[in-house]
Amino acid sequence: MKPFAKFESRLVPLPIDNVDTDQIIPARFLKTISKEGLGDQLFCDWRYDAEGRPNSDFILNQPRARGAEILLAGDNFGCGSSREHAPWALAQFGFRAVVSTSFADIFRQNALKNSLLPIVVPREIHAELFALPPGATVTVDLAAQTLTLPDGRAIEFPVDAFARHCLLNGVDELGYILQQETAIASYEARRDLVVDTLRSSA
Amino acid sequence: MNHPRTIIEKVWDAHVVAENPGAPTLLYIDLHLVHEVTSPQAFDGLRSRGLKVRRPEHTLATADHNVPTTGRSLPILNQTSAKQIAQLEANCLEFGLTCYGLSSQRQGIVHVIGPELGLTQPGMTIVCGDSHTATHGAVGALAFGIGTSEVEHVLATQCLLQRKPKTFRVEVSGALRPGVAAKDVILALIARIGAGGGTGCVFEYCGSTIRALSMDERMTITNMSIEAGARAGLVAPDGVTFEYMYSRPYAPHGADWDRAIARWRQLPSDEGASYDKQVEIDAGQLEPMITFGTSPGMGIPITAAIPDPAAIADPMERESVRKALRYMGLEGGKPLLGHPVDVVFVGSCTNGRLADLRAAASVLDGRKVSPKVRTLIVPGSNEVKRLAEAEGLDQVFRAAGAEWREAGCSMCLAMNDDRLEPGEYCVSTSNRNFEGRQGPGGRTFLASPLTAAAAAVTGVVTDVRTLL
Repeated sequence: MKPFAKFESRLVPLPIDNVDTDQIIPARFLKTISKEGLGDQLFCDWRYDAEGRPNSDFILNQPRARGAEILLAGDNFGCGSSREHAPWALAQFGFRAVVSTSFADIFRQNALKNSLLPIVVPREIHAELFALPPGATVTVDLAAQTLTLPDGRAIEFPVDAFARHCLLNGVDELGYILQQETAIASYEARRDLVVDTLRSSA
Repeated sequence: MNHPRTIIEKVWDAHVVAENPGAPTLLYIDLHLVHEVTSPQAFDGLRSRGLKVRRPEHTLATADHNVPTTGRSLPILNQTSAKQIAQLEANCLEFGLTCYGLSSQRQGIVHVIGPELGLTQPGMTIVCGDSHTATHGAVGALAFGIGTSEVEHVLATQCLLQRKPKTFRVEVSGALRPGVAAKDVILALIARIGAGGGTGCVFEYCGSTIRALSMDERMTITNMSIEAGARAGLVAPDGVTFEYMYSRPYAPHGADWDRAIARWRQLPSDEGASYDKQVEIDAGQLEPMITFGTSPGMGIPITAAIPDPAAIADPMERESVRKALRYMGLEGGKPLLGHPVDVVFVGSCTNGRLADLRAAASVLDGRKVSPKVRTLIVPGSNEVKRLAEAEGLDQVFRAAGAEWREAGCSMCLAMNDDRLEPGEYCVSTSNRNFEGRQGPGGRTFLASPLTAAAAAVTGVVTDVRTLL
C-alpha cells in the first residue's frame, strides 16, 4: 500500500443525505470476481440514462468533476450494503477522500482499507464547503488531520489512530494481524471454544 | 470490580484476543459465513500471499445473492453469474471449506441457513461479507457485516481488528395489535431514529414485545439493524431461543447441550448495566408500517399521509425527501393507501422464513392475487421451502396465482433475473427501498408479509386489517 500523502483538490458536491452503496455501485455490477473496472460504473444509475448516455445534469459528468479527488456528500454517506466494491469504485474513479457530516460504519472501515479517506466535518463547515465556488480547492493533510479551506482556516477532523498510522506508513492491516500469531494461538488454546462448529456433527 | 455488563460487552469481552497500544482490539470470530459475491477477491488475496484458511471448521459458504430462483435442474443462463458461483465452489474446494452450493439441500440465504442449521449460537461472534449479518443476533450472538478486506482477514487469521461499539438499548413493550408484525416494529424504529440513528452502536432489543416474538420474528427485527445504521443488533437468549436451538443439526448435543445451556444462561445483560443510548417503543400503539421513499427511514403508518417536503425544516433533509418523492412518483400530503402496485415480493433474509410464508398464506388462503399484480414468493432456503411444502403453503400460493420459486436473495437486490421494470411499484418484504435496488427505475414500498399479501390481493396499497 502506498503511503497516503497530503494533497490539494477541488470538491465534487453531491448534496444528498443517505447516499447508499447501491447508488455508488448497483448490485448488478457485483457479479465480477475481480476488483477492477468498477470506476466506470460509479453512480451508474445517476450518471447514465437508460440508454447508457451520460446524464449531463449529474455532477460527475460536469467539467468541475474532471480530475477532482474529493467527493463532498450529505449525511450518513455509504449506508446500506457492506460491498467493498463501493470504495473500490470511488477510488478507481479517482477519489481519495469523501467529506460528509457522518459515514456509515461498514463503508468507513472499507474506505480506510482502500486509501479512501472519510472526513467528518461539523455541519456549519459542511454547509460552507457546499457554498464554495466551483474552482475552489481545499487541502487534505492526514498527518495533521486537517482540511484546509481556501481562506486558510485548517479544520481538524477525527480519524482512527490505527487507520491513520496504516495509511500514512503504508502498513498492511492483514500483515499486522498475522504478526499476532502467538496471541491468537494462545487465545484458541485457553478458550473453551464453543464448538468446532462444522466438524462437530451434522 | 465486577461491574454490571450488557450482553454486548459480555460477548465482546469473551472474544478479546489482544489489546495492543495504538491498535483496535483483536477480536476472535467464532463463525464466518461466506457467499459468492463478496468473497472472490478475498480468496485471491489469500492466494497471492500464499495463506491458508486458518479455521475451515468455523467457516461455511453458500450461494445466495446471485442464484436464479427458477428450477434448480436448469442451467444458469447468465454466464457471469454462473462463473461467480462456480468460483465460490472452486475456492471452497481449494481451501477446504464446507460449501452448501446450488445442488445442496442445505443451500439458502446465508442468514436463513446459519440459524436453521444451528450454526448460529448464543454468545458467538459471527461475521459475513454482508450487511444483514445482524440477523444472527436474534439468538444472542454478536453478528455484523464486513467488507471483502475483512473477509480476507478472517479467512486468514479468524480475527478482526475492531473498536468496541457503543451500546444502544431498544426497549419494545406492549402487545402487537392484529395485523401488526415484527416488520412493523423495526420499520417504526428506523423511522423514529433515522437511517443513521444507530451508527457506531450495537442494538440490544428487549422488552415484553420482543420476548413474546418467535425466533423467526426476532430475526426480522435484528436483520434490519443496519437500516438504522447499527452494524449489529441482538436479543438476549431465553426459553424461546433454547427451544429453537434444540436438536438443530449443528447445535450441541447430549452433555455438550447441557454445558451450552449453562453458558448461554449467563449471557443476558446484568441488572443495572448501563447503555450509551436508549429508546423506547410502545408497540401496543403501532399500526402496520410502509415506506414511501428511498431510505428505510422514510416509513409511515399505512393510514398516514405521505410527508410534505415543504414542512421539513432542515434543507438537506427536505431536498432528500423531495428527491425521493420525485423518484417514487409520489406527492407529499397524499395518502399511500390505494396506490396501484405492479409486483409483490415475499422473501429475503428479512422475511423469507416459515413464519413469514405462513403470514402471507394466511391472507392469500382462499383468495386470488389481482390479475394486475405479479406475485413472487421466494423461500429463504431449501429447508424453508421443504417445510412450507410439507404444510401445503405452496398450494395456497399457487391456488392464489402467485409464483412459488427456489431459494435465494432474488428480488431483494435484483442481481439475478428477478427484478422490477423501470417505473414499476413493488410492495416488498425485503429490507431496502433504495433507488433501483429491485431493478433500475423500480420503486419499492417496504412492508410486512401481511401487508404485501394484502396488496397482492387488491392490486393497491392496502391496510391488511381490512382483510383479516
